[in-house]
Amino acid sequence: MLHQLTASELSEKLHAKEVSAREVTQAFLDRIATEDQHYNAFLTVDADYALAQADAAQSQLDSGTAGALTGIPVALKDNMSTTGVRTTCASKILDNYVPPYDATVVTKVKEAGATIVGKTNLDEFAMGTTNENSAYGAVHNPWDTERAPGGSSGGSAVAVSAELSALSLGSDTGGSIRFPASLCGIVGFKPTYGRVSRYGLVAFASSLDQIGPFGKSVEDAALLAHVISGYDNLDSTSLKNSQIQINDLKSGSLKGLRIGIPEELFGDEIDPQVKEVFELSLDQLVKEGAIVKHLSLPSIRYGVTTYYLIAPSEASSNLARFDGVRFGPRIESTGHVESFCATRGQLFGDEVKLRIMVGTYALSAGYYDAYYHRAQQVRGMMTEEFENAYKDLDFIISPTSPIVAPPLGGITDQMALKALDLCTIPANMGGFPSISIPCGLAYDLPVGFQLTGPIMSDERLLQASYAIEQAFGREYRRPPIL
Amino acid sequence: MNLMSISLDEVRHVAKLARLELSESELMSFQGKLNALLGHFEDIQSVDVTGRLPKPHAVAMQNVFGQDIPIQPMSRDAALANSADTKAGLFIVPTIIEE
Repeated sequence: MLHQLTASELSEKLHAKEVSAREVTQAFLDRIATEDQHYNAFLTVDADYALAQADAAQSQLDSGTAGALTGIPVALKDNMSTTGVRTTCASKILDNYVPPYDATVVTKVKEAGATIVGKTNLDEFAMGTTNENSAYGAVHNPWDTERAPGGSSGGSAVAVSAELSALSLGSDTGGSIRFPASLCGIVGFKPTYGRVSRYGLVAFASSLDQIGPFGKSVEDAALLAHVISGYDNLDSTSLKNSQIQINDLKSGSLKGLRIGIPEELFGDEIDPQVKEVFELSLDQLVKEGAIVKHLSLPSIRYGVTTYYLIAPSEASSNLARFDGVRFGPRIESTGHVESFCATRGQLFGDEVKLRIMVGTYALSAGYYDAYYHRAQQVRGMMTEEFENAYKDLDFIISPTSPIVAPPLGGITDQMALKALDLCTIPANMGGFPSISIPCGLAYDLPVGFQLTGPIMSDERLLQASYAIEQAFGREYRRPPIL
Repeated sequence: MNLMSISLDEVRHVAKLARLELSESELMSFQGKLNALLGHFEDIQSVDVTGRLPKPHAVAMQNVFGQDIPIQPMSRDAALANSADTKAGLFIVPTIIEE
């Protein structure tokens, strides 16, 4: 069955002409049509659009100009702009929005000959931890459809985990790629900030947002990371000479690899069974020659607070553009400003409104110094602690998530939900590359192993991740439902 | 009263600044949520940040200039296509100044 293969295996079959690009794309479209009713992972699927790209990919394959991703189905989180294809951010305020341009990552994915099978569900404007904040309903985890897949890129994680797409793209502001990857048992990678263009990604928190890939394996994620990365003059925060190179992906070794686990990410917040699975995986790496160091990075304790001040502050500014004038429906009212307020008040969801309120408050006169400015100072401290640790460590490691996939509706305390971002937030604060690799099961549900490296260490990080994936000795585990 | 306690009037003021029309029950609900969050956020008030520079960016860059090359901009029709109300190639907004 084609959908069971990894992207790299599919690529081999396509290049060997054992299967056509149309057959591959059709196989995944068929699965979305019959299976997505269980998951709600996709918001928009355009079969004609996908098959037209598949036919173009076949021409590349026939003429010998094909690359590694030619003809490979890719799903996109629905906060990435796609010309002529509805882009909702899972919000009623963009319910009918059809972008007039492609995000740079979309252009790159198309140029690589991949076929875009659809746009995936997310927490509204990527604000959420469990993907329960979507205006189009929650996403369900294929490991247990009564459980959450994690957010905010839950639809993209499930698309790969449930084999509805070979690959997918998510965006990661405080863990929104790595967290759902962990809960769905797949690989999720957030590159160094600036290595993947944010042009055309609907902005949430511009200093933290980064696009990255989901795959069934490290190799699959690396193939997509290579394609989407590189300098882009349309994004002023894009880094020069930043394409992620993967030629040496498989040449890494664990011998002498120096990894450090901060005590702040291995305390009481971590579920005991998650800890146990993580420690067993760690033993495996030590057997293969990795050197583990225990350390303290004290500012991590303030990570959740810092994040939930900085991200909403940036969001309150970024989301000011949604006013019912240039895009989205408009609610008419007594006047100009009243119409803005009515449109925003009625069409934004509760979590988005709450974060806009938090951000507006933190940036308002009298509170700016106590909240926003101070949070940025703590962000600087946290980054410095990581940078100092990297002087004698290759990577910082921890479980990706403190818990396994929670039941849908199971966590109602908003602060408890936000605290789940504990392990993933520091990488966004420092712009560091970070990856989640499946490392086992607790309560029969996936557990993720997170590695975070210094700025621009993406190549080394992927190389080590590939070696780690081999050492874990566990093939990708398919959800039992499949 | 600590720094974080936010009154209903303050919630109403913040909603106005944020251009969000909220019902009375929403205002009360957000008051509870904001106070709960701000209560948790109090932890960073005790961090010694003396002499610390704020870090507004993930990767600091300065003076990023684009090349001054003319490009074909998006067409007017494409830019207007998603608007709720347009006329004669312009966005129509509710009246701001009465005649």
